[in-house]
Amino acid sequence: MLTIFERAPRPSRGAVLLGAVALGLMLLAGLARVPAGETPVKAAASPATVQIDNFAFAPATLTVSAGTTVTWKNEDDSPHRIGDNNGTFKSAAFDTDDTFSHTFAAPGEYPYICTIHPYMVGKIIVKPAGKSS
Amino acid sequence: MADRDDKDLSGAAKMNRRGLLKCMAWTGTGVVWTLSGGVPRTLGLIGGAAAAEAPQGALTFVQISDSHIGFHLPPNPDPSATLTEAIEKIKAMPTQPAFLVHTGDISHLSKEEQWDDADQIIKSANKQVFFLPGEHDVADADNGKAYLARYGKGTKGKGWYSFDHGGVHFIGLINVFEFQPGFKSAGLAKLGDEQLEWLEKDVKGLSASTPIVLMAHLPLWTIYEQWGWGTQDAGRALGYVKRFGSVTVLNGHIHQIIQKVEGNVTFHTADSTAFPQPAPGTAPAPGPMKEVPANELRKYLGIRTVNYVRSKGAPALTDSTLVA
Repeated sequence: MLTIFERAPRPSRGAVLLGAVALGLMLLAGLARVPAGETPVKAAASPATVQIDNFAFAPATLTVSAGTTVTWKNEDDSPHRIGDNNGTFKSAAFDTDDTFSHTFAAPGEYPYICTIHPYMVGKIIVKPAGKSS
Repeated sequence: MADRDDKDLSGAAKMNRRGLLKCMAWTGTGVVWTLSGGVPRTLGLIGGAAAAEAPQGALTFVQISDSHIGFHLPPNPDPSATLTEAIEKIKAMPTQPAFLVHTGDISHLSKEEQWDDADQIIKSANKQVFFLPGEHDVADADNGKAYLARYGKGTKGKGWYSFDHGGVHFIGLINVFEFQPGFKSAGLAKLGDEQLEWLEKDVKGLSASTPIVLMAHLPLWTIYEQWGWGTQDAGRALGYVKRFGSVTVLNGHIHQIIQKVEGNVTFHTADSTAFPQPAPGTAPAPGPMKEVPANELRKYLGIRTVNYVRSKGAPALTDSTLVA
């Protein structure tokens, strides 16, 4: 369950640019809370990251396309444990600087909490793959 | 408490905690408290002459909590060492406790090797130990299966139990499973219907003069909802025991002593043996107070002795820090 995020093989210059653009857009989507319908999402399988700091998920809501692997990175001094409300994905507790990843195959909305600190709430919104909305 | 106040510790969170300690008459580590008829009274600082005069009762037991074996960061890179000190302190007690209770977060990450270490250390006290899980003990991917396999033998449901000792009825409650994510009462733990129904039956036949000890990891009253420091349906549990003349509630989780009296019920959270957490709302988030310097750490860690005098309903509680 507990997986360490691994860097993808060295990508081409074009892919780096594309990745950077995708990451920027995802960050924008998370930070500015662009309504889901207006969030352009890049190709599937691009990694997405949720930072855990000060007992909060950032971004609290992350929109990705189906097939995306989302990685949570724990930057707190306390362990956290990800679990969604319906039990479709869950981690074991992961400690400071550890990560947990889950690939979202099916479109939908996935509200989740830290089951150790359940007032920490977040949501992953998964859009159908290939759609740019 | 005065000793802790005198130290110049940096950090706004600490300032606030000090302020709170000054304001809260019933809060204090290193102070001996006697509870007589539900009214706490200070006897003196631990080690002082008055402490030696704490009543010798028919039943003495010790509460330890939040040992977090596996934690490795500031302010305590070695919680095994501080747990060992706590156990050594128990072994040196002139009146030996009948048993120990551990109110949860034995481990930091629900790992067998962390429980192995904890058990190895606690075993040296040579006492029976009643364990309860903290949320850190049910943080395996299988939602507490590992804890229950190891510590849950002979318990009911998800690990709750009761037993009698020295005329006192002890109840171990579990409130680390049924969290309800949400936004209003976000993250407050639940005891759940099944356990509450069991509790109602468990105390039904008991005489109202039976002293009751209710134990659970998370506080059975809401101390600070924003940090999840409370139990949503604790009121129902307390309703089942309000007819009793003496109810003592022992909790862990918040790594500091906060106490409260409500009629015949006294509530007490305990110090950790591993690291302190900030006073409610005095930091952006709960978690270890990493800025506590190594030479101050043991003032924030401690154990609790509970002493029942047979002629009285309410026990005397003695909280003592790990400072020698």
